[in-house]
Amino acid sequence: MPERRQVAIVGVGQTDFGALYANKDAHRDAYALGAQALRLALDDAGLRKDEVDGLLTARIHYEHGAHVLGIPSPRVINALEGSGRMSGVAVQHAVSLIETGQADVVACVYGNNGRSVKMTYGGAYTDSPTTRYDAMYGMTSPGAYVGMMYRRYAHDYGVPDGALAPIAINNRRNAALNPVAVMREEITEEQYLGARYIADPLRLYDYCIINDGGVALILTTLEKARDLAKRPVRVAATAARASVSNYYTSTDFFHSASQDVARRVYTASGYGPQDMDCLQIYDNFTPTVLFSLEGFDHAPRGEAWKWVTGDRIARDGEMPVNTAGGHTGESYMQGWGHHVEAVRQIRGEAGPRQVTDCNVAQYICASPITTSHILVGE
Amino acid sequence: MDNQKLVEMLPPVTDANRDFWEGTLAGELRLQYGDSGTPRYPESPVDPVTLGEDFAWRPASGRATLWSWIVMHQKYFPAFADEVPYLVAFVQLEEGPYLMTTLVDPPEHLECGMPLEVVFEKISEDRAIPKFKVVSG
Repeated sequence: MPERRQVAIVGVGQTDFGALYANKDAHRDAYALGAQALRLALDDAGLRKDEVDGLLTARIHYEHGAHVLGIPSPRVINALEGSGRMSGVAVQHAVSLIETGQADVVACVYGNNGRSVKMTYGGAYTDSPTTRYDAMYGMTSPGAYVGMMYRRYAHDYGVPDGALAPIAINNRRNAALNPVAVMREEITEEQYLGARYIADPLRLYDYCIINDGGVALILTTLEKARDLAKRPVRVAATAARASVSNYYTSTDFFHSASQDVARRVYTASGYGPQDMDCLQIYDNFTPTVLFSLEGFDHAPRGEAWKWVTGDRIARDGEMPVNTAGGHTGESYMQGWGHHVEAVRQIRGEAGPRQVTDCNVAQYICASPITTSHILVGE
Repeated sequence: MDNQKLVEMLPPVTDANRDFWEGTLAGELRLQYGDSGTPRYPESPVDPVTLGEDFAWRPASGRATLWSWIVMHQKYFPAFADEVPYLVAFVQLEEGPYLMTTLVDPPEHLECGMPLEVVFEKISEDRAIPKFKVVSG
């Protein structure tokens, strides 16, 4: 086994989410969306497809994926299922493969045609006992499970109604500056409060935007990255911890898993929470931002809902969060888009939403597989 | 509520869960215990501590506390299409396991941590499902 090598993200590609959202009668192919993103990511990296020797697909199957993408014989290949927690896991795996020399150039390719197939993330159940036992009370959809957590969080910490508004408003404000975002209009607190409930206590603007789209990331060694055109974005650390049960509802809001991941990702990278120039936080539903901020020591426990007020999380605030608009403003790409944004911010490619002097970014996903990476510009 | 559609959604009765469903008809909330003594809900093929396959069913106290709840406004399941908005509760049984359920005749003011007790609602000749009501006073 060779020495552990350092790893960088060298290519990112994403489809135009807003353009894809505009046609609600489209019948797009998830593999084609992944392929489009891969093409863009390879161009971005200045790498050829035949240099890819590791392929990780998500939401699209590896076998058909490798065939469609024309990467039929990589040294390492695998597929991750289509849940959002897997975007962080894919990067974690890619880093391990490169660190240990099992692959030199890993492409992570994600394709999602959720809008085309009218995916609802609710109303279906598998034959697992739990989903059937839940369904007999009408319980379904990740948003409802997160709503369960948020009501309890609000009870435990005395949180008033409307406390999620600053997160929803911030996402929209950032999305308005993102040319590929689905939702380009800002919202006010009145609009937030006046929107219909989906699963009370969560309202429309607390929900991610189901869409078609593809995202691809190319990772390689830091050494090789230095020879490429773009500024290398080093993966200074990545860590994960599962917190799984029968239910997506975690009775500690994924806090203990987050604390463990936080400790390891900060120790391994040498950066602490105060060193971050921006945070890209997995936000399938807005309460997850609060759980993530507390779990990763950005905000005191039970106080993130106060911490996010006063424009602290704005693009030009003390700790910018979800600068591309997140899942409720840009597009629900299950965390993949958040990775692209972290890289663009570090490279200074974020246009009008660029955070000044952004050099260190953190990705956080508090979920049944909690992950975090710290990315640093070299 | 279209009970026929609801019945079609229920977990099918199998050798692994028959005691549970016989229990609900008999007015008992039964929990599955493997050789480690850890209660589990819903049924599971092995004991999570020992991985042993043997198990027995024992009646639970029926006492629980309300951990949280949501009110579903979105129409997801056809059986519940006429029910929106409807309440779904997440409760913790005195014995430890959590379960998704709902509350019958909920008071106007609900609060996390409220004490609850199980009741059973017969939804067809041979199926009843556990629900909970707030313990008053």
